[in-house]
Amino acid sequence: MLSKKQIFTKGILAVAPHMFSVIPFGIVCGAIGIELGFSPVLVYAMSIIIFGGASQIVFLQLLSGGASALIAVTSVGVINSRHLLYGAVLSEYLEKLSFIKKLLISYLVVDQGFAESNKFFQKNRNETHLHYHLLGSGGTLWVCWQISTLAGIILGSFVPEELGLKFAVPLTFIAIVVQDIKKLDHVIVMITCGLSSLLFFDAPFKSYIIISPIIALFIASLVLRLKK
Amino acid sequence: MTWFTIIIAGIITYFMRMTMVALVDRDLLGERVKAVLAYVPSAVFPAIIFPGIFINDYGTFIEMNDPKIFGAIVAILVGYFSRNVIATIISGLFSYWIIIFLL
Repeated sequence: MLSKKQIFTKGILAVAPHMFSVIPFGIVCGAIGIELGFSPVLVYAMSIIIFGGASQIVFLQLLSGGASALIAVTSVGVINSRHLLYGAVLSEYLEKLSFIKKLLISYLVVDQGFAESNKFFQKNRNETHLHYHLLGSGGTLWVCWQISTLAGIILGSFVPEELGLKFAVPLTFIAIVVQDIKKLDHVIVMITCGLSSLLFFDAPFKSYIIISPIIALFIASLVLRLKK
Repeated sequence: MTWFTIIIAGIITYFMRMTMVALVDRDLLGERVKAVLAYVPSAVFPAIIFPGIFINDYGTFIEMNDPKIFGAIVAILVGYFSRNVIATIISGLFSYWIIIFLL
């Protein structure tokens, strides 16, 4: 049985490598906000209030492009609706926590933290302090996201756009799923999701980000039925 | 007004994170649903990966000889064999930069 501290440390170490993409993306995110003409305080506050990279950029781009507040808020909601799926997966491992702890830990759930902690949970179901892994991974991502968006706000236009730092984002997620390309069922689900996301890319409110997982999960349920 | 909008967006985002963890009883989900949920990472992340590679900042498809495709292939190969997240990200970025800056 691992101690709380050991599990917490494992959570930190599990997401630490993803900082190679989180930090550049945070810098880009802060820099874009300033470039679009928003006040530094406002751009930074989003990192605390929303705490979701892609949705923060889309939000500011929409508002600066003259979209209504309703459209901006709807888009953020749609982009971040994938967290419903993360929550459904994580709830199995967090169900013993008190209601208050569930409310608090939920704030820290983001893509990479979910992915890495979920991998740990699957392998260590019987540990008692599982949620400390999520605290370690989510907490690390939170701190780095705050520092890097702040850095982007301060550095602003010093970050050369030619570097294409946003490309680090797909790379970090490739690292997360790449071991599953050994499994045919997962490959089918991944390709379904990927192609759907390209097909529905122009759907309103960036809804491709939730439409394609739904289609992919539907395919997954068919695959499961075939496997039996 | 912008502040108000950000706060609403933040509250909605928080509810997305919290609802399934704190408000929904997991027993409501059937065994079949739980089995399908095991595919969530594979069913969600390609929706971030594919557009991040194949669609540019202006929302149009890239050319088939775009350096991002090369970078992604390198990252997949390095990631698969090294099982190392840092190596995956760095190899992808560097191979992308080599093409855009040196070739």
